[in-house]
Amino acid sequence: MNIRDDLKYTSTHEWLKQGADGATVGISDFAQSELTDIVFVELPEIGRQLDPGEEICALESVKAVAYVYAPVAGAIAAVNEKLRKQPELINQDPYGDGWIVRITPDESGKTADLLEAAAYKQTLETAG
Amino acid sequence: MSAKTIFEKGRAGRRTEYVTPPSAPPPALSQLPASALRAKPPALPELTEGEVVRHYTGLSRKNWAVDVGFYPLGSCTMKYNARLAEQVAAWPEFFAAHPLRPGGGAQGLLRVMYETERMLSQLCGLSRFTLQPAAGAQGELCGMLLVAAYHADRGDPRKTVIVPDSAHGTNPATAALAGFKVLTCPSSEQGTVDLDALRKLVSDDLAGIMLTNPNTLGLFERDIQEVCRIVHDAGGLVYYDGANFNALVGRFRPGDMGFDVVHLNLHKTFGTPHGGGGPGAGPVGVVEKLEPYLPVPLVTEGPEGFRFEEERPKTIGRMNAFAGSVLIALRAYVYMRLLGTAGLRDVSGSAVLAANYLKERLSTVYQPSHPGRCMHEFVLSAERQKDELGVRALDIAKRLIDLGFHPPTMYFPLTVPEALMIEPTETESIETLDAFIDAMLQIEREARESPDLLHDAPHHAPVGRLDEVAAVKNLNVRWTPDSTGEGAG
Repeated sequence: MNIRDDLKYTSTHEWLKQGADGATVGISDFAQSELTDIVFVELPEIGRQLDPGEEICALESVKAVAYVYAPVAGAIAAVNEKLRKQPELINQDPYGDGWIVRITPDESGKTADLLEAAAYKQTLETAG
Repeated sequence: MSAKTIFEKGRAGRRTEYVTPPSAPPPALSQLPASALRAKPPALPELTEGEVVRHYTGLSRKNWAVDVGFYPLGSCTMKYNARLAEQVAAWPEFFAAHPLRPGGGAQGLLRVMYETERMLSQLCGLSRFTLQPAAGAQGELCGMLLVAAYHADRGDPRKTVIVPDSAHGTNPATAALAGFKVLTCPSSEQGTVDLDALRKLVSDDLAGIMLTNPNTLGLFERDIQEVCRIVHDAGGLVYYDGANFNALVGRFRPGDMGFDVVHLNLHKTFGTPHGGGGPGAGPVGVVEKLEPYLPVPLVTEGPEGFRFEEERPKTIGRMNAFAGSVLIALRAYVYMRLLGTAGLRDVSGSAVLAANYLKERLSTVYQPSHPGRCMHEFVLSAERQKDELGVRALDIAKRLIDLGFHPPTMYFPLTVPEALMIEPTETESIETLDAFIDAMLQIEREARESPDLLHDAPHHAPVGRLDEVAAVKNLNVRWTPDSTGEGAG
């Protein structure tokens, strides 16, 4: 189970990478392996405003539909267009090519409860 | 895959009289529009009658069916379909009746529909039923459109509908399709509706709540009257998803519990055929205040006999081209008349007994989702087998096929990990139930001793594990001349 140390996480299994170009969001290796093969990603509209914890979009696997929740408040700046034809990128490379959206955080600076990698790993171990 | 499509069989020039030519001569080609005329004949397969018969008989032998063996699909109520119902439905007076027949249709068939509607109303403690909806999901849609019509008619078009987190996916989908915003209500530790959570979700924008009772875990919602009270006090309506009515039929009436609108599944509780033997039928029943909105036509009785009533000013309209699955309603009518009130009580009693017997025996090795008595179905979790032995609910299900059983519902409800939902129904003998128990116990032993047997199961079926991802992404259900070869999509 690959949980990268340089990222922040949410209790709903999103990862967050803050950068100059905004906050990039995806789902963790744990989440993608629980979902199994993702067959469809319903990407959101660019410009949509989100509150922390709000549903960004849906991921469909053969097993279930799961939602990706916004770790920070802001507007959708970009979506990973490759996922339209290649949703499996989320399974293959959840932290890299499988990124889902980039959010431009708004001035409120509001975020969901963000966990450091070690704390997130802890939640995976105790959930049981 | 070695199975050939019919297009890959036969030989040019072979003919069969299997398809009877029409009794009336076809129209002259000159009478048809030029755009409808073919340039060359269609590429139909050319086989002898014997080859056609072998092909389809062979396909039928690959099927599992409730007439072949035990089919414990949770929430589907795969009970035996009485042959008498099939025989009656084949009488030409019913079978060949035409819905557009002058005079309003055959009196006998209309009377059957009328009496079926009366019997369902009695069984549910409700005022009126429509037989129109084509199956459960359309019944749900009908019900939610009635809810919307009621609120709109009162000048109070409320927008939210509450659905428990254990609900069948059709419930929120239906509510969304009917134009509502869906709020999910969490379940309590006991697996039933969390009353405190429910109170927090209620507002004056609440159109209603959609509930199944017993719920999808097979648990009776003991607080159902309180739930109905909370929703009614807020001005909302309470919808009953009748998927699990087999646990209550003849004993409890949804109307008495406080439900305003109900859909039933004739193909579940009332023993009409499922799926390919169907179609289904999802009649919807209502309390008196919702009657004006029912879809048309309704069958009414008048001085001149039975007729279809089309003029109902507040109706939501038609759910179906004609009157619904009429011959299915006929089968349900035969079923109810055959059993009578006492027989229907036996149905729910035996269904609940059979489920508890299986639960008791299987809980020795599999973890039940909740302790204690269940109703007509129960959920087991294979999470312990997954964590300790690497064997998942999917593997158990596939191995059951090798042992001669249709697997139970799996991975539903979503609130239970590695779920297997088992519903035996009341029409299985103790020998069958014991054989199923033995198979499940054997699989549990195999999980401990030889798990690979399970990972690669089924070993003795026409197909093994399908590539479900490819089936979703590269779905091809239409044969074309160039699609032969490697596994035809």
